Amino acid sequence: MSTDTIRALIAEHARLPIDVGGLDEHSDLYAAGLTSLSTVNLMLALEEAFDVEFPDRMLGRKTFGSIRSLADAIRELRQ
Amino acid sequence: MSVASAAPVSQREADFAALLEKVHAIGRDIVAPAADEVDRDARFPREAFAALKAEKLLSAYVPQEYGGMGLDITQVSRLCEALGHYCASTAMVFAMHQIQVACIVHHALGSVFFRDYVRELAARQYLLASATTELGIGGDVRQSICATKIVDQHFILEKQAPVISYGEEADAILVTCRRSEEAARGDQVQVLVRKEDCTLTRLSNWDTLGFRGTCSPGFELKALGHVEQILPVPYAYIHSKTMHPYAHIVWASLWVGLASDALNRARSFVRAEARKNPSAPPISATRLAEADLVLNTMKSALQATLGDYHRLLAGDDPESFSSFAFAIRVNNLKLTCSQLVLDVVARSMVICGIQGYRNDSKLSLGRHLRDATGAGLMVNNDRILVQNATMHIGLRD
Repeated sequence: MSTDTIRALIAEHARLPIDVGGLDEHSDLYAAGLTSLSTVNLMLALEEAFDVEFPDRMLGRKTFGSIRSLADAIRELRQ
Repeated sequence: MSVASAAPVSQREADFAALLEKVHAIGRDIVAPAADEVDRDARFPREAFAALKAEKLLSAYVPQEYGGMGLDITQVSRLCEALGHYCASTAMVFAMHQIQVACIVHHALGSVFFRDYVRELAARQYLLASATTELGIGGDVRQSICATKIVDQHFILEKQAPVISYGEEADAILVTCRRSEEAARGDQVQVLVRKEDCTLTRLSNWDTLGFRGTCSPGFELKALGHVEQILPVPYAYIHSKTMHPYAHIVWASLWVGLASDALNRARSFVRAEARKNPSAPPISATRLAEADLVLNTMKSALQATLGDYHRLLAGDDPESFSSFAFAIRVNNLKLTCSQLVLDVVARSMVICGIQGYRNDSKLSLGRHLRDATGAGLMVNNDRILVQNATMHIGLRD
């Protein structure tokens, strides 16, 4: 799956203090400034864009830790 | 965690009951007689802390193998509640110190430096303060502007702190800051700064309505030290597992103590009234029963959160502490108890009438009222409600 949409949504909703273009797929989003509260905004944007709903078990750092892990989680949810 | 847990349960309970009685005795004999002066002059409760140190209570939460008492969170909560009966400022300083000790005990005992440090803390009864909020951030303790600048295994740190409670009295301060000058605002660490390696320049005074004895002006803090003084895990983790739950539990505990003392004053008023006509309880007795319902709600909320926290600490699943469900429950404890402490004091005031309203009466509730007002403001309830609102949207089930 292309990660461009995820990247765009992170740029718009995750309120990172840095340019998302500088992150690679495996960069730690929390180290980049993602907080547990801003994950909610990002989660809502991702759910709307990909027509999925994250279950409780996916709301942690494992899923929201990087662009790659988000892409994997969304792919799993859409299957 | 402690050697104490090897002792039979009944023996441990008896030991703790004796300790709690000792704390009440300190409260009655030393803390309470100084409380009005501490409040009036906004001065540090030094006689209280001399007595608490003499009983080694500043290492209450340090495991026994490092020279501490090895008490658990429930027991520390009981001590805070006990002190809350006599002087809320004293109880608050004691509670805040225990939070800092818990940060080290939960997160830093893997480090040789911190193992030695807690032994030293237990032996010398160090008092630990905290510098979390920062000018320019607006109250969010999960963000920092200041950062450690590391040169040759040493750090330099400067922070503009809008409040550091008992900063001038503490032997060391745990300071939150960004991990490095390149790090994002949320990428924080917590650093132990010793008094002798630090200068504090006052930025403001501490002339407040309540909690006056916590002596909490703003400071510019400049410090240096060795990199081993940086706690070895990210502050994000320390915050969710320890700082956030532990703080709200010990604060709620001392508010229960404060509210209980207000209610006890109301009860002694009601008793005096009832003596005048023993066959018919006065209307104030009904008011007292109502106020006790409110106090009981505070106690129940505290017990429930203590139970949750105990279970999570026993399980030690790091993800469980960062769940929205747990964070909301902890926030709910703070919201509930900080509002109800004021309610109990106000109800007690109605019962005591002019005797509670006077500053010079034995049943005066002026200090209680002013201290209780602070509960909703220290970590403002509106900020907590907004966090809860966001987390509720994210919460599933």
